Amino acid sequence: MRRRRWPVADPNTTPYVGRAMKRIEDPRLIRGEGTYTDDLRLPGMVHAAILRSPHAHARIRKIDTTAAKAIPGVVAVLTGADVNASCGLVPCAAAIPDLKAPKHTVLAGDRVYFVGHAVAVAVASDPYIARDAIEAIDVDYDPLPVVTNAEDAVKIGSPLTHPDLGSNVAYTHNVSGGGNIDEAFRKADRIVKHRLYHQRLTPMPIEPRGVVASYHTGEGTLTLWTATQIPHLIRTLLPGMIGVPENKMRIVAPEVGGGFGAKLNVYPEEALIAHLAMRLHTPVKWIESRRDNAAATIHGRDQVGEYEVAVKNDGTILGLKSKTIADLGSYLQLLTPAVPTLTGLVLTGCYTIPAVKMEIVGVYTNKMATDAYRGAGRPEATYLIERLMDVVAQELKIDRLDLRLKHFPAPGDFPFPTSCGLVYDSGNYAAALTKAKQLANWDQLLKDRAAARAAGKLSGIGVSTYVEICAMGPSKAMPAGGWEWGCVRMEISAKVTVITGVSPHGQGQETTFAQIVADRVGVPIEDVVILHGDTSVAHYGRDTYGSRGTAVGGTAIVMCIDKMIAKAKTLAAHLFETTSDHVVFENGRFTSPGVTNRVITWPELAGEFYVAKNLPPGLEPGLEASSFFEPQNFTFPFGTHICAVDLDRDTGHVKITKYVAVDDCGPQINPLIVEGQVQGGIAHSIGQVLFEQTIYNEDGQLVTGEFMDYAIPRAHDIPDYILGSTVTPSPINPLGVKGVGEAGTIGATPAIANAVMDALEPLGITHMNLPMTPEKVWQAIKTKT
Amino acid sequence: MPMPFHIHVTVNKADQHHDVEPRLLLVHYLRDVCGLTGTHVGCETSLCGACTVLVDGKAVKSCTMFAVQADGSSVTTIEGLATNGQLHAVQQGFWECHGLQCGFCTPGMIMTSVALLARNAAPSREQIAEGLRGNLCRCTGYSHIIDAVNHAAKAVARG
Amino acid sequence: MFPAHFDYVRPATVEEAVKLLAKHGDDAKLLTGGHSLIPAMKLRLARPQVVVDIGRIANLSYIRETGGAIAIGAMTTHADIEASKTLRDKSPLLAETASHIGDAQVRNKGTIGGSLVHADPAADYPASILALDAEIDVVGPRGKRTIKAVDFFVDLLQSAVAADEIVTEIRVPATAKTVAYVKTEQKASGFALAGAAVVIGPGGVRVGITGVAATAYRAAGVEKALAGQTSLTPDLIARASAQAAAGVDALGDIHASPEFRAHLAQVNTRRAIEKALTRA
Repeated sequence: MRRRRWPVADPNTTPYVGRAMKRIEDPRLIRGEGTYTDDLRLPGMVHAAILRSPHAHARIRKIDTTAAKAIPGVVAVLTGADVNASCGLVPCAAAIPDLKAPKHTVLAGDRVYFVGHAVAVAVASDPYIARDAIEAIDVDYDPLPVVTNAEDAVKIGSPLTHPDLGSNVAYTHNVSGGGNIDEAFRKADRIVKHRLYHQRLTPMPIEPRGVVASYHTGEGTLTLWTATQIPHLIRTLLPGMIGVPENKMRIVAPEVGGGFGAKLNVYPEEALIAHLAMRLHTPVKWIESRRDNAAATIHGRDQVGEYEVAVKNDGTILGLKSKTIADLGSYLQLLTPAVPTLTGLVLTGCYTIPAVKMEIVGVYTNKMATDAYRGAGRPEATYLIERLMDVVAQELKIDRLDLRLKHFPAPGDFPFPTSCGLVYDSGNYAAALTKAKQLANWDQLLKDRAAARAAGKLSGIGVSTYVEICAMGPSKAMPAGGWEWGCVRMEISAKVTVITGVSPHGQGQETTFAQIVADRVGVPIEDVVILHGDTSVAHYGRDTYGSRGTAVGGTAIVMCIDKMIAKAKTLAAHLFETTSDHVVFENGRFTSPGVTNRVITWPELAGEFYVAKNLPPGLEPGLEASSFFEPQNFTFPFGTHICAVDLDRDTGHVKITKYVAVDDCGPQINPLIVEGQVQGGIAHSIGQVLFEQTIYNEDGQLVTGEFMDYAIPRAHDIPDYILGSTVTPSPINPLGVKGVGEAGTIGATPAIANAVMDALEPLGITHMNLPMTPEKVWQAIKTKT
Repeated sequence: MPMPFHIHVTVNKADQHHDVEPRLLLVHYLRDVCGLTGTHVGCETSLCGACTVLVDGKAVKSCTMFAVQADGSSVTTIEGLATNGQLHAVQQGFWECHGLQCGFCTPGMIMTSVALLARNAAPSREQIAEGLRGNLCRCTGYSHIIDAVNHAAKAVARG
Repeated sequence: MFPAHFDYVRPATVEEAVKLLAKHGDDAKLLTGGHSLIPAMKLRLARPQVVVDIGRIANLSYIRETGGAIAIGAMTTHADIEASKTLRDKSPLLAETASHIGDAQVRNKGTIGGSLVHADPAADYPASILALDAEIDVVGPRGKRTIKAVDFFVDLLQSAVAADEIVTEIRVPATAKTVAYVKTEQKASGFALAGAAVVIGPGGVRVGITGVAATAYRAAGVEKALAGQTSLTPDLIARASAQAAAGVDALGDIHASPEFRAHLAQVNTRRAIEKALTRA
C-alpha cells in the first residue's frame, strides 16, 4: 500500500515553512504557458544551425560553403576562420596547479577533436533552411589517430588527443590527509583491494540547450537568453569572450527545462550566437537537437580507480589509498578538471578513517568533455567508499552495518574534521541508519532474503550510508565566489518582491522562498513574488548548482528580511514615539507593549516609507534591503538508503523490490518538494546502476547519441519508494538547511549496486562494473553456475 | 521548391487555415504557425513524448507527424485543456501532487495522461506507469507523476 | 529535427497510389503511420523526393472475420489491433503483440502494414506473423498477390514487398487461446532484443522469433522437437526451447551480444510456451 506522505497544505494556514505547499511555479507550467528559450520569438529573428564533426580526430583540409550560401533564405555561413577571433576562448574556471589546457575556440580551427565538435554555423530565415544549409557545407577531413579510453591514453605510444600538448595527461592531483598513510598500511592486518569504474553518463535534460541573442547596436547592449543554470556566471565570463562589457550585457535564463549540471557551463554556442547577433544586426536563435545534446553538451562521471583499504582483523580501518584516472574528454569546460577533485574531498564518506591518500590523473581523450553531472564527484566518492565498506565486511566476514556503525563519528564529535580536510557541520549518522532499518523492516527483509535464497532465488539487500557536500560554498573554496545575493522589497502596496541570485530550474524555490519570506515578514504567501534568472533584475548572483539554492540563496534572503524589519522597527518606533528596542514585531504587526496600544501593520508602514512625509531624521525613504551571504562552511547532508532486489537468473534482469531512503537535509521548508528532489535523484541512480552508459566506439563514434540508444529511466522502472527523514540542523546558516538536490543520486547508486552484488554474493561474484545490465548479470551468473 | 499545401485544422476548437510546406512537422505548425508553444520538442526519434498532443482525441507525438497529415483533424494541445479557465482534472492532479519540476515534459505528460484516463478511468499504478512509457521525465523520478494521474482519476470518479 | 524538402501527394485509392509509386520509382516513399520514416527523415537518413501519403485511402483500416481467418486492413493502427475484440476472441496473439509495440502514442499512429514492410529486425509483429502463418496481400502494377509469412521477411530492413507495391491486407487464422508473445526489450528504444511468439494448436506448436537475427524467423528446431508430443512437460519445453536460435546468425550491438540475444530467444521461447499453456 502506498499512501501520500504529505497531504497538500491548506494555503491559508501559517506558518508556511515546513508544510507541503503546492508550487507557485506550477500554474503557468501545467497550462503550457511557461516561456522556455525555444518559445521566444523576436522580430526579425533568424535561426542558426551548427555543422558538427563526424570524426573524433581529424585535420580540416578545406571547408567549402559556396553551395550552402547559395540556398535561398540563407543569411550567413561561417567557419572558425570567420568567427574565432571575435569570440575568445571557452573558459575553464577551475584552478588546478600545472594544468595543461588546450585552446578551446567556439568553432574548430584546423582540427576537430571529438565527434560533435562544432565546425561551421549557418544562419537562415527559418530553422529548416538552416538545417538544409549545414548539409550543403562541404568539409574535407583528414582523419587522425584516435584515443577514447583514458587508461589507454596514459600509456606510452598512445595517440595524442592534442598533439601540441605533448601528453594526454592534463594534470595529476594528489590529496593526502590525516595520519601517515604508509604507517597505516604497515600496521594493517590486511589490505583489501578493489577496482571500481564509474561509467560515462549523459545528463539528458528533456529540454536541450538553446540560445537567443539580440544586440542593440545604438546602445551597444546585448541580451542573451540561454537555457542555463548560471546566468550570472555567464555574465561574468562572456564579456571576456565577445567584448561586450558586463554592464551592457543582460543574461536571461527563462524557464529552463532541467539542468543536472549539463547547463552549469559556458558553452561555445553562447558566445557564438551572441557574436552572430552583433555581426548580423538581427536577433539569432539556436536550439540544440537531441542528437547534438548527446554529443556536444557535457557528459558526467567516467572515472576508473584502484582502491586499497588498510584494515585490522576486527574491522578497524586504518587508511585508504586510491588512484583514479578521470576521463576529461577533449576539452576543458567550466569545471571539467575540478569535478574529480571533489571526489577526493569526500573520499572517507561518513567514516572515521585516520589516513588517506588519493592520486587523480586527469586525461584527455577524443570525446566530449566531462563536467559536473548531478552530484559531481560525490557520487563517485560515495560509490567507491560504500562499495569498499561492503567488500571489507565481506572479506573480514563482519556485518556490514556494524562495520559502518563502528566508523561513524558520534553526534557529539561534530563539527567533525575529516582526513580529507573538511569539517562536517553536523550529523547523526546512526539515527538515519536506525530509521532506515525501521522503515525497511530490516529483520523481516533479512528473513525474506534467506527464504528466497533457500528457494534458489538470487535476492539481495544493499545499504549505503552517505554524506555529501552541499550549499556551495565558502568563496575561498569556490572558483568564482560561493556567496549568494538577495534583495527583499516591501512595495508601497505592502506586497513583497524578492529577488534572488540563484537561478532555479525545477527546484521550486519560487515556492520555498515565498514560504520563508511570508512567514518571516508576516504576509500572506500570495503577496510574495520571487524573481530570478535575469541579470538585469537579479543584479548579482552565483546561480544554481551544488545543492546551494536554499541554504545559500535562502539565507541571503533571510538576511535581507532581518535588515528590512530592523529598518521598519525604526519607523514604527518613531510613530510610537519610542525607541526601536521597545518595538515588538510579530506576524506582520508592530506593537509596543507598555508604550501604546496602537498596532501598526505593513500596509500602513509601507505607505509611510514611500510617501516619506513622516520619517525620522536620517531614515531613508523606501523599504528594501539587499544582502550578500558568505557561508563559512559547506553543509553536509547525510542519510541511509536501503535497496532490495531480485535477479532473474535467466535474463539477468534486476527488479527492485523495496527502496527505502532516509535523508537528513536539515529542516525541510517544503517536504513535498524535498520528496520530489529525492525521488528524482534516486531515478538517476537507477539509470546509472542498471542501464545508462555513454558509449563511444574505438573510432570515437558516439554510439549512444539518441534516446534510441541511451536509456534513461521510464515510469515503469521506478519502485514504490518508502521515504523518511531525520532532522539535524546545520549550524552554518540561520535556516539550518543543508540542501537536497543531489542527495538522492549520491545515496542511491551504492545502495542499488550493493544490493545487486549482495544478490550475487552466494555465487562468489565479487565484482561487476557499472552499469549492471542484464547481460552482465547473466554473464556473471553463467560463469559461476 | 515543393508546392505549399493548404490545410484546415481545428486547433483547440478554433479553425485554422494555412498554406504549409509539406515538410513542416505538426509540432512546428502548432508552435510557430499557430503560436502555441506549450507543446515542446525534446528529441528527434519519437521517444521523449514532450510533443504529445491529441489528434481526433488520440494521443500522438506531434514531432512524428507532418502538419499536412493533420489536415481535416481536430487537435488539442495543452493550451486547450482547461475550460473557461478551469484546470482539467489532470492538470490539477499534477499541481496537487508535485507532478512536475522543470515543467518541460509536463504538457506531453498531461496530454498522454488525459488520453490514458479516457481509455481507463481507474488505472492501477502499474497501468499508469505503462501508459506513460512514451513520455520521459528527467526531474521527478515519475513517482509524483503517477500520484498525479491517480489523483486525477479519483477526482473524476468523485465527480 | 528538420526534414529535407519533398513533394507531398495524397492518393485517394490504392490504384492511384500504385500509379504514383510506378511514376516516381525509388524517389518515392509511402507514408503510413510514419514512425519509422519520419524520424529517419528528421535525421536526414531518409530523404525521399516524393512522399505518398496513403493515410486517407478509404477502407484500409478494418478488422473483420472472413471464413476461418481474421482480415486486417494494412492501415489498421497498433492501438486498434491491441483493442480489437474480434482479435482478442478469435486470434489473440496479434493483439497481445501489438500491446508490446512502442508506447501508447506510437500505437495510435503506427500501422501494421507500415511496420511489416519496414521489416525492422527488432519489430514485434514479425514474430507473431510468422507463428500465425499469416498471409499478406499486396497490390502493385502487376496486380494483386499474396505473400506467405515465411516468405515475407527477406533480409535486414527488406521485405518481399517490391518498391512499387502496397500492402493492403493481412490475414491471420483463428487460433485457440494458447498463444503468447514474450519479449525482452532493448532498454532505450523499446524494440525487441529477443521476442518469441508461440501458437499452440492441434497441428502442433509454431514459434516465431524476432530481434535476434537480421530477419525474424520460424524456430524450426523448437517446432520439430515439440512435433507430435501430446504432453508438453517442463522438461520437454526447456529442451525444445534450447533450439530457439539454433543455426541462427545472431546480431550483436551495444545492447546485447549475439550470445545474449540467442540465449534470450531460448528463455523467451520457453516462457512463451509456458504462458500459452496457462491460457488453455
